[in-house]
Amino acid sequence: MEFGLSEEQVMLQDSLARFLAGTGGLERTRTFAAGKDRRAPDVLQGLAELGVTGLIIPEVHGGVGLSLLDAALAAEQLGRFVAPSPFAATAVMAPLALIRAGDAGQQATWLPKLASGAVVAGVALSEITGARDGAGVEARDGRLYGRAQFVVDYEADLYVVADRARGLHLVAADAPGLTRTDFRTIDASRPTGELVFDGVVAEPLKAGDAPAAVRAMIDAGRVMLAADTLGAAQEMLDQAVAYAKGRVQFGRAIASFQAVKHMCAEMAASLEPCRALVWYAGHALDHLPEEASVMACHAKAHLSEVGTFVARTATEVHGGMGFTDLVGLHYWFKRIGFNRQVLGGPQVVRAEAAALQGLVA
Amino acid sequence: MDLSYSPEYEAFRTELRGFLEANRSQAPGHGGNGLAWQKLLIGNGYAARTIPQEYGGYGGEPDILKSRIIAEEFARAQLSPGLGGQGISMLVPTLLEVGSEDQKRQFIGPTLRGEMLWCQGYSEPNAGSDLAAVATKGVLEGDHWVINGQKIWTSTAHLAHWIFCLVRTEPDAPKHEGISFLLFDMKTPGIEIRPLVDMTGAANFNEVFFTDVRVPAHQIVGRRGEGWKVANAILRHERGSLADPNVMQSRLNALIDLMKAETLDGSRVIDNPVYRDRLMTIQGRVQALRCNDLRLLSAAVNRQSAPLAGMVVKLQGTELRHELEGFAVDVLGELGLLYGDTPRLRGGGSWQRDYMYFLGLIIGGGTSQIQKNIIAERGLDMPREPKPAKA
Repeated sequence: MEFGLSEEQVMLQDSLARFLAGTGGLERTRTFAAGKDRRAPDVLQGLAELGVTGLIIPEVHGGVGLSLLDAALAAEQLGRFVAPSPFAATAVMAPLALIRAGDAGQQATWLPKLASGAVVAGVALSEITGARDGAGVEARDGRLYGRAQFVVDYEADLYVVADRARGLHLVAADAPGLTRTDFRTIDASRPTGELVFDGVVAEPLKAGDAPAAVRAMIDAGRVMLAADTLGAAQEMLDQAVAYAKGRVQFGRAIASFQAVKHMCAEMAASLEPCRALVWYAGHALDHLPEEASVMACHAKAHLSEVGTFVARTATEVHGGMGFTDLVGLHYWFKRIGFNRQVLGGPQVVRAEAAALQGLVA
Repeated sequence: MDLSYSPEYEAFRTELRGFLEANRSQAPGHGGNGLAWQKLLIGNGYAARTIPQEYGGYGGEPDILKSRIIAEEFARAQLSPGLGGQGISMLVPTLLEVGSEDQKRQFIGPTLRGEMLWCQGYSEPNAGSDLAAVATKGVLEGDHWVINGQKIWTSTAHLAHWIFCLVRTEPDAPKHEGISFLLFDMKTPGIEIRPLVDMTGAANFNEVFFTDVRVPAHQIVGRRGEGWKVANAILRHERGSLADPNVMQSRLNALIDLMKAETLDGSRVIDNPVYRDRLMTIQGRVQALRCNDLRLLSAAVNRQSAPLAGMVVKLQGTELRHELEGFAVDVLGELGLLYGDTPRLRGGGSWQRDYMYFLGLIIGGGTSQIQKNIIAERGLDMPREPKPAKA
């Protein structure tokens, strides 16, 4: 019986944290947000060298062959440093699609490129977790029609697209008939947008059970976003505590006022059990198939609620400075806000958790 | 990560299941007697497992996983895990750690066998959150302590044979160094017990008054003035036990059953998406605490530390349980108001009762606000409130 991180897992987190701190951390994200370039190739390159882009890809395809829990631990660090980098789709959901539903040729073609970071894959399936504006994709005679919004890791070379029947398709970013429209969201660290398909010729993934692969992609994607929020919220709490210890008012550090201490204690008390929940949900993805989907929903919904609470409270502990761009806390606030809505907001995933348990008539 | 148990532990679990199946008819509530059941459990190593045989225990090696398996299997079989109470859960571990050899031999065995029931004399009217402010006085006169003062929140005082009690014996010493930990018979002349009816309508607690109560001088645990240290070792133990996530899980299951059984305007409550969303919110939080508990178990087994994960259990567990019970009252609506001996009562009134009772547990054993101070000061290393300047 062991429910904790191994030495290797702690080392993975440490080396990733060292690399991300070395890119400049928040400053790198500020530069990215201010620039015209919607990709940060230096960050992606570094992640590829650390094996992060190929974390769950089998070694035979040039990856590291680690588990989805390891991927969640990586996501946690990316959230902690608000890293301007694709991850949930290109390193987790797209490889899962290929592993679960792709044929040998598709796997051999794409997995090594995803592992090396040479190709970035976005995932378009938001219409499965909740369609807005009547969006959705139809597949007819090998061609795709319709619209997919809020593509995860949208700045990509290749898209994995789920149609309304939960079939999966590969589409090149420059495919004829595909129109990309960039969105601007609150979160400047991860660009998104929509894809319009006007009879785009697509390559179906049909070697495996595509609907089951879609399920696995959604579950894993949700756990990655939950883990990203865990890292972002922990960073906000740490900054709030440090700020409160240094900030003096009424002749004493504000950290010695119970009103402030209790805000920090409430954040810690809510957040600490989230760590174990993310570990469990990550572990379940690979090892507890009967629990994986429900636990992914709970991790996503619960981390969204706790993350929102921490984001708001940590900002308040900083007083007026928390509201400024100078301190930059808002990058984490917005990252947590993004993670909350993408792949299903808390109400959506809780409704799904109830349905998965047979609680809906 | 490896959530499986090794074959040794699986064998232990199988053996325990066999035992429970074979002896079900001897359990209390199934035709058996509580004291005989306790004796049977100790004899087979399922109660008082790690307590040495010479003190009346089974004498097994400490093994956190076996303890966990025992707790899980008794809960699963819905059979009594043996006697509990503050004597067994708090005093016995204390005596094992700091009691004299005579005290261990005199008190542990009868306590384990249920022949000696204990109550805890800690809180006082003016020593609640500030427990170290206890003012009940103990003065040494010859070979006896003479005790005067008052305790409050003393559960089971009316049933207890003996009390373990914090008494100020060194009035001139600093606050935390002037307290001693005394044991005495509740039949000693000068003790008066008054039941304290609480908001649930039951007298779960008492007030206890001491007037010139004479206690033999040797009935002290640890040295004079060390009572705070002695008491603190076991207070931490109590805090964790107020919020068992496995109990929370079974309460959640009962809530789901309730929502399937109850109707509102002819439809099952579970089919109402507003109620269902709230249920799932609570389930997510219960899952987080269960995972946290698993992490603490693993950390204990593998000798790793997760201090913050432990510090949040009392606060989060009691708050969540109170909310869960309160939500069940909402599920019942007006029916949730029914309480006591009345028509149309649901679940024996347990939802409403536990909703109120858990507010008591949010306050007791260190209030939520005290827990937050502990988390902030010990967990997050934030400074203590400065002491007010002396006038």
